[in-house]
Amino acid sequence: TLPTTTDKNERFVIDEITREKDATTYNNFYEFGLSKSDPAENAHTLKTEPWTLEIGGLCEVQGKLDLQNLVNGINVEERIYRMRCVEAWSMIIPWMGFKLADLIKMCKPLSSAKYVYFETLYDPKQMPGQNGRSIPWPYREGLRMDEAMNELTLMAVGMYGKELPNQNGAPLRLVVPWKYGFKGIKSIVKMKFLDQQPVNSWQAIAPQEYGFYANVNPEVDHPRWSQATERRITGGFSLFNSRIDTQMFNGYGDYVADLYNGMDLTRYY
Amino acid sequence: MNRYLTAVKAALFLLLLVPFVLIILDGVQDNLTADPIEEILHRTGLWSLRILLITLLMTPLKVLTGSALFIRLRRMLGLFTFFYASMHLLVYVWLDLGLDWAHFFEDVIERPYITVGMLAWLLMLPMAITSNRHMVRKLGQKWKRLHQSIYLVIGLGCLHFLWLVKSDVTEPLIYTGIGLTLLLFRIIHHKHVQRKARIAQSSRS
Repeated sequence: TLPTTTDKNERFVIDEITREKDATTYNNFYEFGLSKSDPAENAHTLKTEPWTLEIGGLCEVQGKLDLQNLVNGINVEERIYRMRCVEAWSMIIPWMGFKLADLIKMCKPLSSAKYVYFETLYDPKQMPGQNGRSIPWPYREGLRMDEAMNELTLMAVGMYGKELPNQNGAPLRLVVPWKYGFKGIKSIVKMKFLDQQPVNSWQAIAPQEYGFYANVNPEVDHPRWSQATERRITGGFSLFNSRIDTQMFNGYGDYVADLYNGMDLTRYY
Repeated sequence: MNRYLTAVKAALFLLLLVPFVLIILDGVQDNLTADPIEEILHRTGLWSLRILLITLLMTPLKVLTGSALFIRLRRMLGLFTFFYASMHLLVYVWLDLGLDWAHFFEDVIERPYITVGMLAWLLMLPMAITSNRHMVRKLGQKWKRLHQSIYLVIGLGCLHFLWLVKSDVTEPLIYTGIGLTLLLFRIIHHKHVQRKARIAQSSRS
């Protein structure tokens, strides 16, 4: 359960948010089926309590963390972020979560740790989609250490003032608002510190289409479709909302552009 | 036979309108998912492809059953294929792109799945225009050749579907498989007819 008091972070407020109904019935979560309506229908089989997060790799504090204990002892706040999917649609979602940086500090990573790696639960009984072979399970993601420590990077445990619905990645998911949504790995059970860049799931499936960085970038198109514009899914009937321009780093350049100084973003997409 | 045919045609007409009516009904009730444009694109595209495959099924059905009824239904099926493909194109250009023509032309040139989709629609256009009885009579043999481009359309349609999916190609592969089976039937049937004609000729000489 969430802490009883959760502060709104006034620096991350956006007026028009996506309807809760839309954000909770339109999900890419292949562990529960390939269509976007599947997760909301099937994810009830996931048991989210109790939940343990395993910490490992290049850090001093290792072992299993009980999520409830973690949440009780860490600052959870509400932040409204834009979420841009690599499929060129976007939402605006009020998340509740804690800074990944706060968790990382607790783990005391060694100086040799350059990357953080995450894994989703692997349990085909709870996640029937894992019986199929659409993705080499479990789902994997990773961030460079400075990206993980960035103040925007959130570990979400709730949305719309409630606990995370299972289809949205309960009980613990990553939110990296300047990157495409697939970086936001769901139902995380493992976090590891590495000295080598890990291969994330979509990069493993189609490396020419999905990279490790996956920064929102209107100038670097997906090989099969343009990333210059997006369909914003907000409140109300959006049939006659045509596309809006996609912003560099999803509009979070002030916070993160420095991380990529001197990097060729067409190569490191 | 004539009254029977009219009834079958009327029933088929109504049946083929069902997907369209469902889009409208779901739209009014806010049941087109969080991304209604994407949902309408998906449904119209899928129905266009499905009806195209049903259109292509008519000749085999006629051969197998010997009933000419199926051939009489072909035009309506073909026109509905075109109707859903046109809806698909219209929703994409108007609702999705907001009539941004620069974006449209960039898509058509740079995105192979859109290129082949557009090509498929362009090939269907003259077929739709020449589908009436008057044009059939007027064009004669040329009409037949023109309407054989349907075989190209099925290939382009399947390619369009295959190239746009993100990871799991099972669904487009099923459609492609059905399309190939229907084409294969024609090749085998054509060879068979040719052989029979040859045998008939040699026995006459």
